[in-house]
Amino acid sequence: MSSSLASPNSLQSVGSLRYRPALARNRRNQLFTAVATICAAVAVLPLILVLIYVLIKGGSLITLQLLIGLPPAPGLGGGGIGNAILGTIIVTLIASAIAIPVGVGGGIYLAEYSRSGPLARFVRFGTNVLAGVPSIICGVFVYGLIVSTRLFFDQSYSALAGGIALAVLMLPTVIKTTDEALKLVPDELRWGAIGIGASSFVTIVRVTLPAAFSPIATGVVLAIARSAGETAPLIFTALFSPFWPEGVFSPIATMSVLIYNFAIMPYEVQIALAWAASFVLVLMILAANLFARWLSRLAQA
Amino acid sequence: MVGLVLLGILFTVLLGSRDAISAYGLSFLVTSDWDPSADRYGAFTAIYGTIVTSLLALLIAVPLGVGTAIFITENLIPLRIRQVLGVMVELLAAIPSVVLGLWAIFVMEPFIRPGLTSLHQLLGWLPFFSTEPQGPGMAPAILILVVMILPIITAIARDSLQQVPIELRQAAYGVGTTRWDAILLVILPAAISGITGGVMLALGRAMGETMAVTMIIGNSTNFSWSLLAPGNTISSMLANQFGEADGQQVSALMYAALVLMLLTLVVNMMAQWVVRRLSLKYS
Repeated sequence: MSSSLASPNSLQSVGSLRYRPALARNRRNQLFTAVATICAAVAVLPLILVLIYVLIKGGSLITLQLLIGLPPAPGLGGGGIGNAILGTIIVTLIASAIAIPVGVGGGIYLAEYSRSGPLARFVRFGTNVLAGVPSIICGVFVYGLIVSTRLFFDQSYSALAGGIALAVLMLPTVIKTTDEALKLVPDELRWGAIGIGASSFVTIVRVTLPAAFSPIATGVVLAIARSAGETAPLIFTALFSPFWPEGVFSPIATMSVLIYNFAIMPYEVQIALAWAASFVLVLMILAANLFARWLSRLAQA
Repeated sequence: MVGLVLLGILFTVLLGSRDAISAYGLSFLVTSDWDPSADRYGAFTAIYGTIVTSLLALLIAVPLGVGTAIFITENLIPLRIRQVLGVMVELLAAIPSVVLGLWAIFVMEPFIRPGLTSLHQLLGWLPFFSTEPQGPGMAPAILILVVMILPIITAIARDSLQQVPIELRQAAYGVGTTRWDAILLVILPAAISGITGGVMLALGRAMGETMAVTMIIGNSTNFSWSLLAPGNTISSMLANQFGEADGQQVSALMYAALVLMLLTLVVNMMAQWVVRRLSLKYS
């Protein structure tokens, strides 16, 4: 390519600049490119397979009856997952009602009031550690704290216990995103607000929080989506129920526990319901993720 | 508040396991009897299962994840396709583990069983492949763990690769390296501590992962070296037995939960330490 620019003699003395595919380093280059391509393909393959199976197997089963019915007794046909859909929504709402105020409050404390005090350092460290605690341990914790002690009105397993377990799980995500989002708000905004005489509380509520709204909302939506799909903390806190929800102090059905319970049953009908519940759950979670992605793009614009 | 919750968790689990700790002491960790009717408990089967499944899953997932991360960060293919790939890997992380478990039971396990059977026939003289695969077992559990931790490794490896200053790459190209010489000799070494941190986080996640593993590992409390036999992990044992346990068994399970918590705590703290070392290097 470049040989037309320079005289042939000078090129020969430094060797050709032409690309030679047979060189060992160029061969190695192509080999590694192929390997990386295969890696990416293998990594994406399970997602595509799982999505296809859930969409085809689950989607083909969806009927109105299935969305509003109750699960059948083992061995019988028909029925639906209506109570589990409602239960997932209730438990997730309870978890959000606890985790969002506490988490956002904690994040505000970290970012606005105590950026690098010893307590803030401990809380940040604790948040990171809590984020790594396996979800089943959250279930064991709530079982020991609430279920086995019958803390609420002498009820053992309850929707509320399940919600609290999920809230423990959501908390670190919410705190971290609030903290990081508030740190990104320029200090000039705070100085401006304080300069015209606002108290620090008013500054946070009227200026800083609105400025950081969409990254916080993104984190919250992702945390809700993740907790909606969690099963491990619910198995022995919210338990399961074949009936419609009977209030927050009784056991409640959720889609994730339904999938777990029904997948290991030897009945075709129950397994089909598990696929259908997977379909609904995956659709809800993917929708929430895409919504969060849209929110964060809104923040960048 | 967070600190309180964290201390609360530790306190509850410690309190619950007090009986078992005083009854079995440290021999709980190395014996493998698990007999609720005789109240004899040893968690070695579950601890072996936890460590073996998560380490082997890591061994498979790390090359795949780092390879994918390189593929996404390099300009081998147009930006749009890379972005779509990145989004897809992130969505993979959003799929609930119980759905992956369902898929593993009905789709993946029947699909890989012939392969595992021939593995048994070829390498059956090794203790790790000494049993006939009969459905649920450690090997399918390892594979589903790979699927679950791949997105974490890929995401963190991608972020670490993107943080490597562009000057390093320019300098490498400037002295005439090929693309992959630059990646392997300059960029990867610069990003290695971030990637290591991500790998440790993934290890913690794999150890604590419950649902998909519980559904596919077979939940056997009998110890076996074989990866093709049904096994158990601490978290799957908790998920499987906690609901129906009473008396001493609850305490023994709490003890197992404590062991799991300490294991993941150590791994996660090491991960944080490694990540902090990275940020010191480039800021």
